[in-house]
Amino acid sequence: MAVNPDNYGLRLFVRYLVLCLIALIFIFPLVFMINSSFKPDSQLLADTSSLRAFLPVGDISLNNYFGAFRRAPVGLFVLNSVLVTGATVLLSLLICSLAAFSFAFLRWKGRDVLLSVVIATLIIPFETIAIPLLLLVSKLPWIGLDGLHWGWLNSYRVQIIPWIADGLTIFLFVQYFKALPGELIEASRVEGASWWQVYYRVVMPLSGPVLATAAILKFLIMYNQYLWPLIVVQQESYRPVMVGLGYFFQLNVAWGEVMAYLTLITVPVLTFYLLLQRAFIASIASTGVKG
Amino acid sequence: MAEVSLKGVKKSFGRVEIIKGVDIHINDGEFVVFVGPSGCGKSTLLRMIAGLEDITEGILEIGGRVVNQLQPKQRGVAMVFQNYAIFPHMTVRENIAFGLTIAGASRQEKQQKVAEAARILQMEHLLDRRPSQLSGGQRQRVAIGRAITRKPAVFLFDEPLSNLDAALRMDMRMEIGRLRRQLGTTMIYVTHDQVEAMTLADRIVVLKDGQVMQIGAPMELYHEPANRFVAGFLGAPSMNFLNVDVLDLDGEVAMVGNQSLEPIRVATRRRAFRKGGKAILGVRPQYLRPVQSGKGLLHGIVAHAERLGSETVVDLTLRDNCELIAAFNEDKVFQPGDAMELTFDTPLAHLFPDELQTH
Ligand SMILES: Nc1ncnc2c1ncn2[C@@H]1O[C@H](COP(=O)(O)OP(=O)(O)OP(=O)(O)O)[C@@H](O)[C@H]1O
Ligand SMILES: [Mg+2]
Repeated sequence: MAVNPDNYGLRLFVRYLVLCLIALIFIFPLVFMINSSFKPDSQLLADTSSLRAFLPVGDISLNNYFGAFRRAPVGLFVLNSVLVTGATVLLSLLICSLAAFSFAFLRWKGRDVLLSVVIATLIIPFETIAIPLLLLVSKLPWIGLDGLHWGWLNSYRVQIIPWIADGLTIFLFVQYFKALPGELIEASRVEGASWWQVYYRVVMPLSGPVLATAAILKFLIMYNQYLWPLIVVQQESYRPVMVGLGYFFQLNVAWGEVMAYLTLITVPVLTFYLLLQRAFIASIASTGVKG
Repeated sequence: MAEVSLKGVKKSFGRVEIIKGVDIHINDGEFVVFVGPSGCGKSTLLRMIAGLEDITEGILEIGGRVVNQLQPKQRGVAMVFQNYAIFPHMTVRENIAFGLTIAGASRQEKQQKVAEAARILQMEHLLDRRPSQLSGGQRQRVAIGRAITRKPAVFLFDEPLSNLDAALRMDMRMEIGRLRRQLGTTMIYVTHDQVEAMTLADRIVVLKDGQVMQIGAPMELYHEPANRFVAGFLGAPSMNFLNVDVLDLDGEVAMVGNQSLEPIRVATRRRAFRKGGKAILGVRPQYLRPVQSGKGLLHGIVAHAERLGSETVVDLTLRDNCELIAAFNEDKVFQPGDAMELTFDTPLAHLFPDELQTH
């Protein structure tokens, strides 16, 4: 369709139409999930052949939710995931930004080589190092309240520590730091700031957008952890949400309860996203904006 | 307050030597300006004094103390940057107080010193704004405010006014001059702008390719340039250089001339020339005056004229096809193609050796 270049209103309309369609494509699975979580299995399966799948019609009840709670300790799993994810995100922001600060601003021997090694780790899929990493963490020491013991399996730390530092997050920070005006860093040095003061008084306050981006990426990775906790956590008390999904795929799959469980575990994700939404959008938009 | 002294200072980036052995002594309270063409190493030299670049070789002393190995904060210097470098996430007040905050000053002390800086720079009404709400000139004022609150021993400026428009640049130039008289602190100032250099400096350091060409008071450099580079660098329009033949040598005086220049006698100023050899005669455009036909020293044809109101700049082609610029401080009309004869006071001309011939 040829659009008159002067016809601003029509162009705007078409643009919004396209955006709405794309938004719908993304939102339909969510609508399906939430609506299905209120339906008994027989109706849920029957509805999938019609548009009723996206509508809250028929035999609506909270039974699936009660069922989900009977079948699995949903609250515990969500708590575990939120704890592990929250701790990893916070530690990752701190550790990776410090590492990137050093790569971007300090001068030391081997810096550039090490940075390329860090970036090169991006191409290694986690599956290839999962088993060696498992062997490693099963033998590492730990000093807890009850003294020294060996092996990290069945704990929160085994789910957190290996995931704190990663090449992508460090790379994101390095790129952002290098784009900050160098004169700002130099000015604060001349004004007497130590490197540590430069970090928390100047660089961090200007890093809102990259902090939001890094936090969201890490959050998604951590909240969706499956393979790693599956192999390092056998005790139910440390199990995260995605591994918990296995409770619903036994002999007879209870689809309604699966949908109820999925709906419940989506709540923290949406909350987190809504909290950081403004910062996240700002981070996407900030590429061309300077203070 | 402090004196600054550079002794045999060199700087290399990798294998490239950028600063090739610089000796400068700056007295306490002196205002020294570094000038030179782009890329000659002015900023690098300034940043070495600030402690932002390390010194490859040589000694840097501030206040009689060798500071080569000291961090910027230990050197007692403050620096104002070309792009202002004020912190966008802080208010003007916080920006000005930054150095004091870092040093752990009390709230009372900060308040008092910020108020003082704001008064000196006349920006009391801007203190609660963010940098994004300020004009370029105001931002630079904030940067200067930040520099003066800590009472540094030495101020460093790296082209602080080059991002401002012409009118504002003049205001700020005068302001820096006033500030300088008020504070009496040693200042080192890098600029491209000749007017800034001439009006602000006690002494000017002319740099070229990482080497000092000449150090001296502005008028000393203008009237007694040590070499052809300095002669051509200072003054606008820049000095004319004519290739001339040395016709005769008599102690301190040489007789020179060429196809378009009548023979004249010029002081050699202890430079070595050879009778029958070549030399270069430097004459500032402002020293040239038009005269009646038959009385001139130089003969040319007007190629182009620019009327600036207070001044007329004429571009001439001489008999030997060389170009010559003349600047007359009156408004006059010249037609391209007009023949013209010019004269000048020969004591004002400079004779330089012809570099191509000496080696
Ligand atoms: N970090 C660096 N690494 C390598 N070369 C550099 C570095 N910084 C500066 N240089 C080089 O050193 C030379 C001098 O640079 P400098 O910035 O001191 O010039 P300048 O006199 O300030 O020029 P301008 O008037 O354009 O500001 C330039 O040739 C530049 O390319
Ligand atoms: Mg420079």
